[in-house]
Amino acid sequence: MEVPYTDTNRPDTGLYNAKVGIWLFLASEVMLFGALFSAYILLRVGAMPGHWPTGLLDVGPGFVNTLVLILSSVTVVMAWASLKLNDFKKFKFYQGITVICALLFVVIKSFEYKSKFTHHDVILKDGMRVDGHLVEETDEFIVLSHPVSYPAEKGIRERAVAIKEAEHHAHEAGGDHHHEDRKIMLDDIEKRTTWGPWANTYLAIYFTLTGLHALHVIAGALVIAYFWGPGSKMWKTHPEQFANRIEVSGLFWHFVDLVWIFLFPILYLL
Amino acid sequence: MSGHSPEEIKKSIRSYMMVFGVLIVGTIVTVLASFVDFGSSTANIIVALIIATFKASCVALIFMHLNAEKKTIYMTLGFTWFFFLGLMVLTIWASEDKPNYTVAPNDTPAVMAAPSEPAAH
Repeated sequence: MEVPYTDTNRPDTGLYNAKVGIWLFLASEVMLFGALFSAYILLRVGAMPGHWPTGLLDVGPGFVNTLVLILSSVTVVMAWASLKLNDFKKFKFYQGITVICALLFVVIKSFEYKSKFTHHDVILKDGMRVDGHLVEETDEFIVLSHPVSYPAEKGIRERAVAIKEAEHHAHEAGGDHHHEDRKIMLDDIEKRTTWGPWANTYLAIYFTLTGLHALHVIAGALVIAYFWGPGSKMWKTHPEQFANRIEVSGLFWHFVDLVWIFLFPILYLL
Repeated sequence: MSGHSPEEIKKSIRSYMMVFGVLIVGTIVTVLASFVDFGSSTANIIVALIIATFKASCVALIFMHLNAEKKTIYMTLGFTWFFFLGLMVLTIWASEDKPNYTVAPNDTPAVMAAPSEPAAH
């Protein structure tokens, strides 16, 4: 049995079936991410005034990833346009860039995740709190690079103040004290953890939202890579259906870009 | 998309390139705006969301061809928009009765908790 309306439009909808299907799927995706955005809003407004953590993420990788996704969004639509202009070579070129962009996004994201999982947050017995990247660990002490120190009782909002003060002192002294490694004896530690999703509510929603988004990137990249590689044989036998498949996978990819357009400011900048 | 003739596609390609530029500039503006104090954190959030919504609209209208689609898709998205807006309105409405202390000073790690009970005399 042949699947109907793969390369012709249904008379009642005026669309080929896969296009109706992908838009229905995207509608459900809007509600999925909408529910998580709703959770984010409630968690944020429920935080004690001034205590929602900001500045925990590096803006640089997030910014680069935004540019990468924007570029991939352009190349994916250009790939479809190339097919419509019967230029298969250009399709291969643009879609190849899309796959590379997707891989680049995932690689940058994984470096960001690794950076969080190796970022240690320590509360000392004297009531101070220190966080930084673990560079050495023995049975007696740990060493943190780029340490930030502030009173634990004031909460994580004091971290931004501590960074500004350290930079100010470093500037006055003409040095770079903020970047000096810090050795902490294990006996002086009350408790320590890493910046995983278990660390606080902000990181929990950060990992949930970006993790789900990253899964979408990986799924979309697999589909696009298939149509770029073995799936592209269809161009020779069913060119119209193949172009429609590229349009449908492109719509999904644009949605992935669209979600990131909102994730970037709310998680990295605000 | 309404028309797929080579002329129309070539015209669309110019739009794609324009939107590409707009999105790059929009991203840079988003980052720069985050360093500006608009008076309150709420104002900063509103500015960032306005820029993000503008960028998202460009993607949806031009890249996803929603500027010239069929009625079936507009109807589907109309329902989606209604339920999404409903969800957001309910969320903001419910924020008067929000879960409190989702982030507190003693988060991470969970020590320095509430003061211990005074010793019984």
